[in-house]
Amino acid sequence: MIDRPLSFLDRPNSYIGRSVPRPNAQRLLQGRGTFVDDIRLPRLVHAAFLRSPYAHARIRSIATAEAARQPGVVRVVTATDLAGRYTPWVGVLTHMKGLKSAPQHPLAVERACWQGEPVAAVVAESRAAAEDAVAQIAVDWEELPAVADAEAALAPGAPAIQPALGDNLAFTRSIEAGTVDDAFARADAIVEDIFTFARHTGVCLETRSILADFNPADRQLTVHHSSQAPHMMKEIVLRHFPLAETGVRVICRDVGGSYGIKIHVYPDEMAVIALSLLLGRPVKFVADRLESFVSDIHAREHRVSARMAVSRSGEILAVAIDDLTGIGPYSTYPRTSAVEGNQVINLTGSWYRCANYRARLRVAFQTKPPMSQYRAVGHPIACAVTEALVDRAAQAVGLDPAELRRRNLIADDAYPWTSPAGLRFERLSHQRCLARMLELMDYAGLRREQAALRAKGIHRGIGLASFVEITNPGPAFYGVGGAPISAQDGCTLRLDPGGSITVAISVTEQGQGTETMVAQIAASVLGVSLERVRVVTGDTERTPYGGGTWASRGTGIGGEAALQAAKALRANILTLAGAILQAAPAVLDISDGWIVDAASGARRIGLDEVGRAGYFRGDTLPPDVQPELVATRHYQPREYPFAFTNGVQASWLELDVETGFVTLLKHWVVEDCGTVVNPLLVDEQIRGGVVQGLGAALFEECAYDAHGQLLNGTLADYLVPMAGEMPDIAVAHLATPTATSELGAKGVGEAGTAGAPAAVMNAINDALSPFGARVTAQPATPQRILRALGRV
Amino acid sequence: MRARALDEVFGVLAAEGDEAKILAGGQSLVPALNMRLLEPRLLIDINSLPGLGAVAERDGGLRIGALARYAELGRSQLVARLAPLIHQAIPHIAHPAIRNRGTFGGSLAQADPAAELPACAVALDALIHVASARGERRVAARAFFKGLYETALAPDEIVTAIDIPKPARGTRTAFLELARRRGDYAMVGLAITARIEDGVVRAPRLVFFGVGEKPVEARAAAGALDGGVLRDRIAAAQEALGEDLDPPGDLQADGATKLHLARVLLARGVDALAGSTA
Amino acid sequence: MSEAVDIRLTVNGEAVARRVPARQNLIDFLREELGFTGTRAGCEHGVCGACTLRIDGAAVRACLIFAAQLDGARVETIEGLSQSGEIADLQAAFHARNALQCGFCTAGILVAAAELLRDTPRPSRAEIRDHLSGNYCRCTGYHAIVDAVEAVALQRGAAGGAR
Repeated sequence: MIDRPLSFLDRPNSYIGRSVPRPNAQRLLQGRGTFVDDIRLPRLVHAAFLRSPYAHARIRSIATAEAARQPGVVRVVTATDLAGRYTPWVGVLTHMKGLKSAPQHPLAVERACWQGEPVAAVVAESRAAAEDAVAQIAVDWEELPAVADAEAALAPGAPAIQPALGDNLAFTRSIEAGTVDDAFARADAIVEDIFTFARHTGVCLETRSILADFNPADRQLTVHHSSQAPHMMKEIVLRHFPLAETGVRVICRDVGGSYGIKIHVYPDEMAVIALSLLLGRPVKFVADRLESFVSDIHAREHRVSARMAVSRSGEILAVAIDDLTGIGPYSTYPRTSAVEGNQVINLTGSWYRCANYRARLRVAFQTKPPMSQYRAVGHPIACAVTEALVDRAAQAVGLDPAELRRRNLIADDAYPWTSPAGLRFERLSHQRCLARMLELMDYAGLRREQAALRAKGIHRGIGLASFVEITNPGPAFYGVGGAPISAQDGCTLRLDPGGSITVAISVTEQGQGTETMVAQIAASVLGVSLERVRVVTGDTERTPYGGGTWASRGTGIGGEAALQAAKALRANILTLAGAILQAAPAVLDISDGWIVDAASGARRIGLDEVGRAGYFRGDTLPPDVQPELVATRHYQPREYPFAFTNGVQASWLELDVETGFVTLLKHWVVEDCGTVVNPLLVDEQIRGGVVQGLGAALFEECAYDAHGQLLNGTLADYLVPMAGEMPDIAVAHLATPTATSELGAKGVGEAGTAGAPAAVMNAINDALSPFGARVTAQPATPQRILRALGRV
Repeated sequence: MRARALDEVFGVLAAEGDEAKILAGGQSLVPALNMRLLEPRLLIDINSLPGLGAVAERDGGLRIGALARYAELGRSQLVARLAPLIHQAIPHIAHPAIRNRGTFGGSLAQADPAAELPACAVALDALIHVASARGERRVAARAFFKGLYETALAPDEIVTAIDIPKPARGTRTAFLELARRRGDYAMVGLAITARIEDGVVRAPRLVFFGVGEKPVEARAAAGALDGGVLRDRIAAAQEALGEDLDPPGDLQADGATKLHLARVLLARGVDALAGSTA
Repeated sequence: MSEAVDIRLTVNGEAVARRVPARQNLIDFLREELGFTGTRAGCEHGVCGACTLRIDGAAVRACLIFAAQLDGARVETIEGLSQSGEIADLQAAFHARNALQCGFCTAGILVAAAELLRDTPRPSRAEIRDHLSGNYCRCTGYHAIVDAVEAVALQRGAAGGAR
């Protein structure tokens, strides 16, 4: 039920709310997409990198002469060769008080601080020739002590990875709300645990790819980039290379998965740009899978000790957490490596009424690959900790876990609401979502089935997880801190002489369906069929200026810009049509490609005729008429720092208590993301996000030894979720539109990943509960489960 | 180079030694080349060698050519009838596209300790045909696997065929594997054969893989099962397994976990034998 | 290895004759030499399945085979399979159900699914998942892919047997 006044979204033949397939998927189905590696340019050369084999080492010398002599080699460079050709960058933002980080360079200067850090680059006629030459570079290394463990990094006397910064504490922040100690003192039960979360890497199937093409004749740099934020990338280039604003263009065409991995600044990619500027010809770099494991940003390495106080009637009285997270030797640029931890402490417990909350965050440097934002940034940890404590609290006071949630989730009529950490919720629907979930999954029926099977020695578990998701961030998220990251996006729509609509928009597409969503909005407002709409994205030269796609903002922000621009174009079209028809624009409408009488629906003149009249037949128009068949609008959220969404997930699984193996039987999501433009695309985003979360719960971890060496850096050893182990995922929706925009859409891209690990962990622990066993480490591997059971 | 006759292969192996590698299915070799873990000067493509892919009945058993692809073995009625253990193992090997190229001979020569077919070869008492310029010889499967990726093959030898003996009357087989995901290398696996006569176990062979440097025949556990009524001896066999196995740990599990999982598989393997008819 | 090998093969129905570096794998041959960029590399160690295409009628990892091995072979990539219309119903079902998002894994999954339906006309959902268990997709979570393959199997069955 959508409770707002009728608007453009409710027009007849509106595409809003329709599950239309994506027009831009056809080329992908036929192998005719254009990813960066598909692009061929004259005199293109290829880069390969020598990377540090050590987590921490001084570079005494690098001998490149032999490499430079290899067949096909154009140039070999080290940090010295690039000095003065760029300015270093520092991954701090002013609004993250106290965050410190050392300057970063495209190639390591004097010291490598993680296994995989790029140290030298070879440019050659082929990638193979470049790699052959890399093998001929001789580096004289002096191995230094690795600082691989976050806790050890903060221990007194630990070697400072960046001595100029003093110690390895990159950032710390505390939250204190309400009367926490008092609440714990009067609690009837206190539950506590230490939760550990493994380091993850995104494993985008298309690895990071960049093709930098500098034309020295007109000093134009064109960067073909597998990325989510072309305008941001352009800003970065302008800040760090000697180029004019008019001399840089960034193009993002088809992108083979990103999930946040491809919105960060990578030293090897900056090196490629520097090389193109140096050589005056196009240079391409496509990371291979092995180097992706040691050079893509990592995420999610946390150790959270957490406690919850609860009364015997099941009221959550207080929550306290202490989060330690290990990042890399630098805070990533430009979004920092502190946001994930910041979101963990901001979000934990926030969907419950409890007002007493204490949190401390410590972010530690480590000699491991840099980390930063990756799908659902911090939410999976905050949700897993909160929801695990809730289940334990329920057990402690003898309440059903669903019932304890019902008693504590913020009431649906309690909004607007501000959480203890200061998060402002406009309006959420936790209670209705929970009720819908219990019905959707037949919770009561599953509990009966679980009991019956337990009697036969078959152990199944049910896990619930309520959550919120941050979407549609406003400018206070990054821009306020000095980041070249735009919180607004713009959309230009143009009517062409044949009656078709060209849309250029600054949010981007990586397969989630951005272009389709935009086309649906444009087509709905302009009264044309979807086939008549062409959407252009991912090009700083062809679209308005904007933030791109991240933090689940494409529909809420880009969609709103498209809606407003479409309304403006519609008004312009009707103005011209009115002039042609000698009628007031207010009595006209556009339907199915025709200007029609608004009241009767009678067709008056085709949209194509209006287009032709405007462009070719000015002679037929009144003399004071200047047709304007283009409109642009920009939009950014102003009222709330974020548009929060909410949902609940559930997992039903079977645990083989002899082997510790988990079989995921089914998964459910009830999600409220406000107005849904395309249910098919939204549900598929949710499902894809869920599976990333299921991977986290059961499979994924970057395993390191004490020397900071990655032990499982191949696809055979880093276990990503595959079809054989994944369940079917049922999705249902409630809709609480945001009143802050006309579209009313919130975001949804990360919701699946936010809640899935929590639901699975709760289900595993539910299955383990007859044994008095519990697992609080992710991934919940067979060995960890067997150890919890005391079987090994 | 693409070899057209075995003599060509022998000649090149003799001349090049370590600088030459045999390329059969390539499903293990080529990843290693792509990752620059191996850098041989020469690859000898043996996929065109005539006659090395055949699967034929022989003396009531099977002669399987070294180039027989996993997928072919999986489809073969002969294999299903005369070496059902292999038939049971095939679906566990990697994924369909890998099975379309990977070969039986390649699997044996590669000797990955977590691979399926080496364990089956040992369990079935296979005889492995090995050839070189110096002639042909046959190696019993249990003598073929020497250590981690190490076999009885001399540097100038290649596997040409595998003989599976005629199965004894009343033989049943079961194949079990615990892997994190479908198609992954086994955390622990078990190939088990036995004759069941009037509910009594005779001549059981339990070959575990993923638990050491090569397939491990669990003789003590087999001894505990031998002569007993199927399920009655499971606990004793699980106990005895501690004498047979001392698995090294790996990324997935430490030695204690692997031993535990092996015990679980033993029980389930015996259950499977009890329930099967072949 | 700098040696070059002469090969004659058919690619998507067209006769091709080339001299290839011995070390060039099939993905690079197709993409760099012939311009068939639909076949993509995701890992180069045979695990992700993105490069799966058809050689002599069988689904195979293109990253694990050298062009030099393919004298006399018949290679079919996603471009050829699309042009011939052989997998049109699969592509339509994938499109209708959004069984692809970024599209990078899609060619490999379509080839694998086509082989499954050729060999197993009425696969269960579990069999579909099992057969596709060697194809990595990070975007979709697999559910829609299973739906699409199941739907095509039913359609083909209703139409009177596999293609």
